[in-house]
Amino acid sequence: MIKFDNVSKRYGKKQILNKLSFEIPDGKFAVLIGPSGCGKTTTLKMINRLIEPDEGKIYIDGKDIESEDKVQLRRSIGYVIQQIGLFPNMTVAENICVVPKLLKYDKERCDQIVHDMLNMVGMPYDEYAGKYPNEMSGGQQQRIGVLRALAASPPIVLMDEPFGALDPLTREVLQDEMKKLQKKLNKTIVFVTHDMGEALKLADTIIFMEKGQIVQMAPPEEMLKNPSSSLVRSFLGKHSDGEMSSISVEDFMRTNIITVDQDRGILECTERMARSGVDTVVVVDEEDKYVGTVSIRDIKLRGMGENTIKPLISRNVQTVQRDGNAQECFDYLLNSGDNYVIVLNEDDTLAGIVTKNSMAKALSEALWG
Amino acid sequence: MYGKMLINSIVTHVCYVIISVTIGFVLGLIIGILLSRIPKYSAYIFPIVSIFQTIPGIVFIGVLFLYLGMKPVTVIIALSIYAMFPVLKNTYTGILSVDEGYVEAAKGCGMSPYQALFKVELPLAFPNVIAGLRLATVYTISWAVLASTIGLGGLGDFVYQGVSSNNNTLIIAGAIPAAILAVVAGALIDRLQKKIMSRGTRGEAAK
Repeated sequence: MIKFDNVSKRYGKKQILNKLSFEIPDGKFAVLIGPSGCGKTTTLKMINRLIEPDEGKIYIDGKDIESEDKVQLRRSIGYVIQQIGLFPNMTVAENICVVPKLLKYDKERCDQIVHDMLNMVGMPYDEYAGKYPNEMSGGQQQRIGVLRALAASPPIVLMDEPFGALDPLTREVLQDEMKKLQKKLNKTIVFVTHDMGEALKLADTIIFMEKGQIVQMAPPEEMLKNPSSSLVRSFLGKHSDGEMSSISVEDFMRTNIITVDQDRGILECTERMARSGVDTVVVVDEEDKYVGTVSIRDIKLRGMGENTIKPLISRNVQTVQRDGNAQECFDYLLNSGDNYVIVLNEDDTLAGIVTKNSMAKALSEALWG
Repeated sequence: MYGKMLINSIVTHVCYVIISVTIGFVLGLIIGILLSRIPKYSAYIFPIVSIFQTIPGIVFIGVLFLYLGMKPVTVIIALSIYAMFPVLKNTYTGILSVDEGYVEAAKGCGMSPYQALFKVELPLAFPNVIAGLRLATVYTISWAVLASTIGLGGLGDFVYQGVSSNNNTLIIAGAIPAAILAVVAGALIDRLQKKIMSRGTRGEAAK
């Protein structure tokens, strides 16, 4: 259990934390959230004594952490930070073993830990253990960042906006993994974020802070139902309207799409595009399963000498399931710069398409009815 | 007869360089690390050190000569001190330019200040340190020419004899081997760096 007792901190004249008191029970996923400058990161860093309080006490399992050795304390608490957590001069295996090595585990045990950890997130040992951070994607790096924090199986893990720098889809995936890991390993996690969606998804308890004080501390459901102030409500924003968060992709996709069969000729395809006034068509196979897209640009650039459209089919367009979360789909459209995503049924047949237009329409309907 | 003299001079020259650069590198590395622990004070220490660096080598050797006499030690002390500066400066700035996020991650993982220094900060500052060593070596090869001003040999013998007797061939006989030495030493250090440095940080060094 983590307990803050009247903790205050000031930098110069600025009061960062003001008599903060709260408790986080063992095995809970607690998310600290609030506007920037509210003291959430300061609070987090006090738990592993990267920042010391001016007043007040912090207890872990009833022990005042001030009385413990800083370095020993930190080895018993996992720590994940945004982006550059991994040491670039060390391989994945070495990064994961940083804390076990500091704790003087023998080599065999360290190896075993690396195997277990990579196995847990489905990254093959042979492929990844010897890689350096700069040889991996941001999502993979942050997975290793989480594994490093878990390696010495600390009962508490601190996470400081760990997924903030990742693209929306990767972030979703890592959040899901994180939630699963936490349930499986039964860790106490303290997680800082400014993204309410993330907080609602992950938290057992949300601690909402403003100006160094707690505005509301409640489970997600409770916070959604009874936000204690207008600031909390504005943070909950779209999430507080229960209807909105449950909207799935199929509720606003367009279904009247121009499709062509993958064996059709180029001329027929361009003719079709011209007639319907579109620049891209969706290609399907005999069983109406989605194959890819063909754009007029592809035909102009590479269509010379081809008979059918088959060689021109591009598979770069993002696809989503029809029961997928509408918000993720919107986030993707907004962040990626793509103009549309393809919606598929469960058997990979084509269900529809979501364009920026249909997204705007759905949003306006939600706002003004 | 010149051939033998030339080889002798090159050997002396190389000895001066290796000994002085080694001493200078170790000193520079240690002092650079120490200063990086106290960046607040180092802001005042560095300008003072820099003034010292502006004293011409020939003056410094001359002064040392007055106190220590005509011994190889005189040359080595002078060259070591000059070789120390680039290493010191690069080590210091290299360590300070390591992203604070890494240092915080190291602390947060439970590394002691020493462990953070040796496992994270120094390895990440390594490209800078080696760049300092490279500078120091190349400079020292040219500075070692000054040894002959107090009659202690090295390739400077040729250069000064050539200058005083107006013999261009002699000057070139001293200058060309010195230039070749500098190029070879630079290449050796580059290879060393590639060998030692981990694959993970090489990309960053290239930036």
